[in-house]
Amino acid sequence: MVLQSLKNRLWLPCILRTPKACFWSTASGGLIIQSVSNDVYQNLAVEDWIHDHMDLEKQQVLFLWRNSPAVVIGRHQNPWQECNLRLLRQKNIKLARRKSGGGTVYHDLGNINLTFFTTRKKYERMENLKLIVKALKALRPQLDVHVTDRYDILLDRQYKISGTAAKLGRTSAYHHCTLLCNADKFVLSSVLKSPYKGLKSNATPSVPASVKNLFEEDPSLTSEMLLDAIAKEYATQHQIDHHITLINPADETLLPGISNKTKELQTWEWVYGKTPKFSVSTCLNMAYKDSVLDVKVNMDVKHGRIEVCNIDLPEQWLPSGLYRELVKSLTGSKFCPKETTTLVTTLLRVCPQDDELHCRWSLLCENMIRLM
Amino acid sequence: VCIHRVRSCSSIRFIKSKYVCVFDKSALKFSHQQRLFRTSAVSCGQIVQFKLSDIGEGITEVTVKEWYIKEGDSVSQFDSICEVQSDKASVTITSRYDGVIRKLHYSIDDIAFVGKPLVDIEIDASKGVAPEEDVVETPPMSHEEHTHQEIKGHKTLATPAVRRLAMENNIKLSEVVGTGKDNRILKEDILNYLAKQTGAILPPSPKAEIVPHLRKTEAVPAAPRDKARKIPLPVSRPIAFSGKDKTEPVTGFQKAMVKTMSAALKIPHFGYCDEIDLTQLVQLREELKPLAEIRGVKLSFMPFFIKAASLGLLQYPILNASLDENCQNVTYKASHNIGVAMDTEQGLIVPNVKNVQVCSVFDIAVELNRLQSLGSAGQLGTGDLTGGTFTLSNIGTIGGTYAKPVILPPEVAIGALGKIQVLPRFNGKGEVFKAQIMKVSWSADHRIIDGATMARFSNLWKSYLENPASMLLDLK
Repeated sequence: MVLQSLKNRLWLPCILRTPKACFWSTASGGLIIQSVSNDVYQNLAVEDWIHDHMDLEKQQVLFLWRNSPAVVIGRHQNPWQECNLRLLRQKNIKLARRKSGGGTVYHDLGNINLTFFTTRKKYERMENLKLIVKALKALRPQLDVHVTDRYDILLDRQYKISGTAAKLGRTSAYHHCTLLCNADKFVLSSVLKSPYKGLKSNATPSVPASVKNLFEEDPSLTSEMLLDAIAKEYATQHQIDHHITLINPADETLLPGISNKTKELQTWEWVYGKTPKFSVSTCLNMAYKDSVLDVKVNMDVKHGRIEVCNIDLPEQWLPSGLYRELVKSLTGSKFCPKETTTLVTTLLRVCPQDDELHCRWSLLCENMIRLM
Repeated sequence: VCIHRVRSCSSIRFIKSKYVCVFDKSALKFSHQQRLFRTSAVSCGQIVQFKLSDIGEGITEVTVKEWYIKEGDSVSQFDSICEVQSDKASVTITSRYDGVIRKLHYSIDDIAFVGKPLVDIEIDASKGVAPEEDVVETPPMSHEEHTHQEIKGHKTLATPAVRRLAMENNIKLSEVVGTGKDNRILKEDILNYLAKQTGAILPPSPKAEIVPHLRKTEAVPAAPRDKARKIPLPVSRPIAFSGKDKTEPVTGFQKAMVKTMSAALKIPHFGYCDEIDLTQLVQLREELKPLAEIRGVKLSFMPFFIKAASLGLLQYPILNASLDENCQNVTYKASHNIGVAMDTEQGLIVPNVKNVQVCSVFDIAVELNRLQSLGSAGQLGTGDLTGGTFTLSNIGTIGGTYAKPVILPPEVAIGALGKIQVLPRFNGKGEVFKAQIMKVSWSADHRIIDGATMARFSNLWKSYLENPASMLLDLK
């Protein structure tokens, strides 16, 4: 049967260097692909594309990828709760929300990501993790690594070196996990610590764990070696060639519709707007003219936008008209420092030109912005 | 041939719905299949309870995280209904039926149980209903060589394997040209059809029905082996534009702009325009650019425009003033905090360079660099965005010559700079030479500023820029 090359649905014919005659024939077919990009959004888009468009009935897929510094939160998580957004912005570390569940992770080039694509029926996380452990042990037999029942991989029985998450669709599913080779632990621990207080939500919380790099255990290990070992084990288990196909996530011809997926993953509406409803209940301690004001603030945030806003200011500290304007402007706007800064500075243009007033206004607004 | 076998033996559950699709009069055709399915009696608008199916890995309960639909929405088979989470796995639950959602059994963050009803769907009476249970026996092979399916009175022959392929790709069999015996649709026909589609195939929207006059032969060019089929003449359709208006609330940034511009409208504006010959300045900047780069700073024309404006404001301080709400008092601002309009993704922001009156051109360049990088990163602070007394807007970087800028309260004047064009001009000797010409458009508050003041300020500013050496005399 002549198999025409289809743009979507079946497989990626043009990029395979060793053309497969008829891949129907292999009972346990498999394909190993690696991304040439280090952009977290592009790589997440590839995962999404494969999940939506590839037929995994005949062959399963292992996708290998690494990202430049980024924090990736789970589908139903709250970024304010999970990481230090201020620090991320300062250090220009990207924030992404993936489509699978689970907790928050820090990615950099010292961390590798593995995604196991199967049909919904063949979804089996434990098997995948055991495959990784087997590969690690084959590479370095003295490594003490094992899989826990929480689907983590622990080194020396105490340090987490891998976390897992999964996404199940109608016909296909994927299980992805990280593997710490040589990530920057200092940055990791500082960005994954949230400074925001008073947040209450039903978003999935992350479970913090002590981590260690495999590199610390054995300095001769590199990310490339680990990727290769895992690919080799996958190839063995799926009875396919140990052959890694490189793919470019920017290739629209190979992956039609991928640039839209990449764009969508970067929109504010996806990254922040998908945060489950939460409330902020905190107290601003504002130092003003030799005294400290305690100002209680309560806000409800839905879809990343401020639904309700209450600021408990001392009477007449701000003219009531101006206070009302502030609350009115904040309601419905994004819970975002950029937007709030623009809002409050613009509002200042239309209020009385009084230095004292400006001073108070700036103080209050700066404190409010720090909450975001 | 090998495909057949594989398809029939595995993934049994997917074959179900297409076989029990349409009833019409030919329900008798299904007689050999009725023993295989437990079909519920079809009546008008029947409510079916769609149960949460097995997630796998022995999981019995999940948390409902997001609903993609609400009560009253129409859904098609395979549309996403909700997102549930269980132990680090996020699962998209899709609809098994076409119909209308009548009841959601859970709210967000509730625990949902496998095997219990998730939503109630009212099945469309004209369509069939899929069996409630997933267990479906494979119909015997001999009867399966050609299974008839009637869609709106049009017979389509296709084997189960072919149907499965079509269904998985969201292709309506009636849209595919069959090239087999009796116009049977073969696998190649589906593949041909797919190959002619561009991009990803989107699942059909709930409203899209196959309208009788849209015959499949119109949409798809005939396959080469098309022999017996008669191609009816294409029906000319009026070009339908299906775009819809989109209404969004005005929030955040736009709300702020509305406020500012409404206040600005209250200011009686008058305009004054002129053209500046920047030939000498262009040359000067070329000489100074490498020096600035050595110091790590990008030098554009703006620092010169800003400094020249400040020198002008020293002579005409009323342009750096502010009128109070009741128009009772004019405050002459001591600091020249000159704002520079910047275009960002959200729109216009105006950070300002503080105290230009005591800054050198280089200082201004440094500060501009800082503001520009913060601006593009979206990290400008309130301090940078407040306190402006006078504004310049370099719209010329995008394009244009003359403009009509709007004053930003509480300021009283603003200048818009057009793009620099190379134009022919006459010099003192009556000769034509190449001049670098930039147009400037000023707007000022006519309540406290008159035309003459604006014109004189503009002339002074112009003279500094046309003859940059003259700035040296007055630089503080």
